[in-house]
Amino acid sequence: MGSSENEKVWEETQASPEFQALKKKFRNYAFPVAILSLAWYFLYVLLTGFAREALATKLFGEINLALVLGLLQFVTTFLIAWAYDKHSTKHLDDASDKIAREVESKLAK
Amino acid sequence: MNQTTLSSILFGAFVAATLFIVWRAGRTSKKSTDFYDGGASFSGFQNGMAIAGDYMSAASFLGIAGTIALFGYDGFLYSIGFLVAWLIALLLIAEPLRNSGRFTMGDVLAFRMRQVPVRTAAATSTLVVSIFYLMAQMVGAGALVSLLLGITDPTAKNYIIAGVGILMILYVTIGGMKGTTYVQILKAFLLMIGAALLTILVLAYFKFDISALLAEAAKNQNPKNPDAFLQPGLKFGKEILIDPALPASAANTNVLATLWSKLDLVSLGLALVLGTAGLPHILIRFYTVPTSKAARKSVNWAIGNIGAFYLMTIALGFGAAALINRVTLTGGWKVDKINGTKCLVDKTLVQIADPANTKACTTDSIAQYAALTDEQKLHAVAADTSGNVAAPQLAEFLGGHGQIGGAIMLAVIGAIAFATILAVVAGLVLASSSSFAHDLYASVIKKGNASPEKEVRVAKIAAIVIGLVSIVLAIGAQSLNVAFLVAIAFAIAASGNLPAVLYSLFWKKFNTRGAVWAIYGGLFSALILLIFSQNVSGAPDSLIPLVGGEGLKFDFFPLRNPGIVSIPLGFLFGWIGTVTSTESNSAKYAELEVRSLSGAAIGKAAQH
Repeated sequence: MGSSENEKVWEETQASPEFQALKKKFRNYAFPVAILSLAWYFLYVLLTGFAREALATKLFGEINLALVLGLLQFVTTFLIAWAYDKHSTKHLDDASDKIAREVESKLAK
Repeated sequence: MNQTTLSSILFGAFVAATLFIVWRAGRTSKKSTDFYDGGASFSGFQNGMAIAGDYMSAASFLGIAGTIALFGYDGFLYSIGFLVAWLIALLLIAEPLRNSGRFTMGDVLAFRMRQVPVRTAAATSTLVVSIFYLMAQMVGAGALVSLLLGITDPTAKNYIIAGVGILMILYVTIGGMKGTTYVQILKAFLLMIGAALLTILVLAYFKFDISALLAEAAKNQNPKNPDAFLQPGLKFGKEILIDPALPASAANTNVLATLWSKLDLVSLGLALVLGTAGLPHILIRFYTVPTSKAARKSVNWAIGNIGAFYLMTIALGFGAAALINRVTLTGGWKVDKINGTKCLVDKTLVQIADPANTKACTTDSIAQYAALTDEQKLHAVAADTSGNVAAPQLAEFLGGHGQIGGAIMLAVIGAIAFATILAVVAGLVLASSSSFAHDLYASVIKKGNASPEKEVRVAKIAAIVIGLVSIVLAIGAQSLNVAFLVAIAFAIAASGNLPAVLYSLFWKKFNTRGAVWAIYGGLFSALILLIFSQNVSGAPDSLIPLVGGEGLKFDFFPLRNPGIVSIPLGFLFGWIGTVTSTESNSAKYAELEVRSLSGAAIGKAAQH
């Protein structure tokens, strides 16, 4: 099979509504979540640099706001990782498998 | 049996076990390309453990615990940056990379570009990042081994570095990716068990009262101002005073220097969080699983493991701060380079106690060392201002200092630290030799006409050569700060690799010139800014140190970490390169996009 025929398979798949829907679902989740996680992380880094008096506030015994905010970064990281896996399993995996099978059957012709 | 013998036995057992595993893995490899991806047959859990084993280097285990032990809260900033970084890898990189590449970072970068320039650039930055990282690990290995085995003779230290180098060459050439992966999985288990044991012992010592642990740590390390030890600011983003002798106040603050110091903190944060997803030895781990789903699962296993480990570094670091006195953590004795006598390090200078060992021992300090009892000599370890030995010291204390329990704990934790280093260096040699063979040899030199068998033979030879080169470099670089070498690797990875990888996967117009400019632009910006910073000159702890305010000085760039400038430059160069070139391959982008999102034709090479 010539590579120009393969090229057509990739381009047709890319243009298909199924693929465009998959791409949209992926990007509409991954991009904003990545940007928000980075923003949340930099908020924390900036606070440790420029809001030290506030972070020094003791909440429980010797445990201050700085430590609690640091631990919150762990919590949000775990939660986002878990939520992304849920999202992908529920909304992306079946659609991507279906497209992959279709493409492979056309390429194998 | 003393601790040195026990350490040697445990370490020997680990080496024997891993060599056996690697030999078995090598025998069961089916295809020659298993060298690169281990047959792409690992499960998500296995690869998750291997990623954790590949990622958590000596810098994580020894460096973070040590930084927390000496500087309190600021050490924790490393843990957070190193962990949050995985979200970028998870959300944007792991799955599309698994779906569209086969063996190297260059596979994805060169997918729709002209092969020769892009693969050359990808291999260059892979080699530069990996070799800096390798040097850091091997210098750390030399220091650690000499500490645990009580070796101070510089020649013996060189033998240890060479030994670590030879072991990593053996792992990679015999076992390839499969063998290396098993070593990393084993190491991850050992590291988690060791850290959990120490954490439980520390918490039990304080009757599970974390507040009491923190209070004791702060009081022990920073008696004049204990609260500051639990807050950010002792190491990063410091307030710079005009006259350090006067108390801190608005009038006594050097505003500009303080601003630079705080921007340096932000820059470090940026390099940590964006560097991970650009480290070649991490990226190639995603190729060892069969599907993108498994890649995603493996990142989630890795996040769970790495996160749990970094949470434990809080207990380890503050535990060492609370239980080990500051002189032991930082001072102790050193060996005079001139005549080999031992002397006591000046206790008033613990913060910058001559890291390069450049000052000669004075008659007084030699006499002070000689006056110590044998018990005190044993307790006062070699001078180390990074606190790298805090975790082993904590282990010894918890086992019972001076008792058999302490010796066993020290030996066990020491052996785990070796295992940690070995697993990481093997991953680095594998990544760089793969890139040399697959990107440079097969695609650039042979223009795609090399058989897979020949390619893998070249990879093995490259592993030997890279291993030998890094042995020589590490022996020469022993006075360099380990954290500095790791920072270079992260800054270059974030500036040179990440922009190119992200553009490749998600930007349709991205083209050959864009990729080449992004890689070289980011890489050289980072390197040049590092050269003109205090890392290299202008400070007492620079590569070319200022001695008593005198010395060569060309530190024009005010930040130690270049990330905040060089990472945006990497993105900018990539963008300018792309828009100034008319080349565009929309058909190949269609293929890349469909492959990367769907996993169609996974593991099959693109046609060029």
